Amino acid sequence: MNPVFRYLKSLLLIELLKGMALTGKYLVAPKYTVRYPEETIPKSNRFRGLHALRRYPNGEERCIACKLCEAVCPALAITIDSEQRADGSRRTTRYEIDLFKCIFCGFCEESCPVDSIVETHVHEYHFENRGENILSKQKLLALGDRFEAEIAAARQQDAAYR
Amino acid sequence: MDQMLSLFNTYTAQFPTIWMAIKIVLLPILPLIIAVAFYTLAERWVIGWMQVRRGPVYIGMGILQPFADTFKLLFKELLIPSKSNLFLFRLAPMLALIPAFSAWAVVPAGEGLVHSDVNAGLLYLLAMTSMGVYGIILAGWASNSKYAFLGAMRAAAQVISYEIAMGFALVGVLIAAGSLNLSEIVRAQSGNLGIGEWFMWPLLPLFVIYLISGVAETNRAPFDVAEGESEIVAGFHVEYSGSAFAIFFLAEYANMILVSFLVPLFFMGGWLSPCPESWGWIGKGGPHWLALKVGIIAFSFLWFRATFPRYRYDQIMRLGWKVFIPITIVWVMVTGVLVYTGALVPNA
Repeated sequence: MNPVFRYLKSLLLIELLKGMALTGKYLVAPKYTVRYPEETIPKSNRFRGLHALRRYPNGEERCIACKLCEAVCPALAITIDSEQRADGSRRTTRYEIDLFKCIFCGFCEESCPVDSIVETHVHEYHFENRGENILSKQKLLALGDRFEAEIAAARQQDAAYR
Repeated sequence: MDQMLSLFNTYTAQFPTIWMAIKIVLLPILPLIIAVAFYTLAERWVIGWMQVRRGPVYIGMGILQPFADTFKLLFKELLIPSKSNLFLFRLAPMLALIPAFSAWAVVPAGEGLVHSDVNAGLLYLLAMTSMGVYGIILAGWASNSKYAFLGAMRAAAQVISYEIAMGFALVGVLIAAGSLNLSEIVRAQSGNLGIGEWFMWPLLPLFVIYLISGVAETNRAPFDVAEGESEIVAGFHVEYSGSAFAIFFLAEYANMILVSFLVPLFFMGGWLSPCPESWGWIGKGGPHWLALKVGIIAFSFLWFRATFPRYRYDQIMRLGWKVFIPITIVWVMVTGVLVYTGALVPNA
């Protein structure tokens, strides 16, 4: 472009006005912000939040202490001890997940042959004391009992793709 | 009622200084401080919306946010750098604030609605707006900090450069209006054509340059190299905290509002209506028209900040000296020719 012409064009501030037109358009555009605590966006049924151990409908715990989750865990966050129970079945005596180590990859859930260890939708939690980062078997089972309906619904939705 | 009124009149006649002080606090200062508070809120909203965010929405739907900010600043500890020049460090915020407020004495809000209708009002305004830079320079120097000093140097050079373009732009207004009195300048823009009589048409280049120089003069984006938070932290007020910082903040925004008043007064017919006077009530001027125009200019300040990236320092200098000053000089001559040939009649 001719420099004289370019100089005259710059005097008309065309580029600046174009920029202002763009920001002016965004002024009235719908906003992206979600007012989080009041407003939430829907979560995927594959969302990987806090862990839980599930039970069968008759109340029997699903976990058979196969230790596949312990083996697959890339962060070594899962610790399992097992023993033979009085009825002859193999059960865990200790099932602990260290949430500080856990990277929420979901491999434990994928490896589980009986759908026992799962990751729930819960992601709003906190610790107030040292040691609370270790989820014991009791806590995991309690979480499973508490969110069973939600967990089951999410598994049901995803069943066709598994 | 009559008795009370006459009592009031005797008191005001007896203590004119006190009455003047009360008037000054009630009319420009208090509303100005409140306007500044809500202007900061408007700024956060407008910039937020332009960035497809929401801006402040929590404290009383966001409306009480400026008060939360103010009280936060006022309750904060005042830190004074140990190696600073204590006297100048304390003086600087005042030197920034006093001219920002005192300039309002000559700004008319409507026909006859002005504190002091002085004949050299424009000169007084130029003096007052130029004084503000002393506060900035002293703040930067007295802080004894590299960042503050760099900010002060930048602010000084920038304000002085743009002062010249600004002054020349106003020379055009002076020639066209034939008066230094702000009310006279507005009256010179009245006529049968309404919006067509405003100075922004014959003096269009000067209008644009005055608006841009006004942004530069108040150290606002895209000319905010004096603050330049990404380069020199916060520039001249980096060492100021709490209420001292609040005063600089107040001065900056008061200056912005002042420029938003001056642009309509000089170029957009002040309180005059954009419609011809023959159109009845809609053609009648009044403070509401001025408020509308001020709102437009004040909004465009925020719009500029949301749109333009910061100028590089040497580009600012180039724009001021090599573009604005030559154009204003040329257009001052053009205005002179227009007036000489009778195309533009001063005080018509």
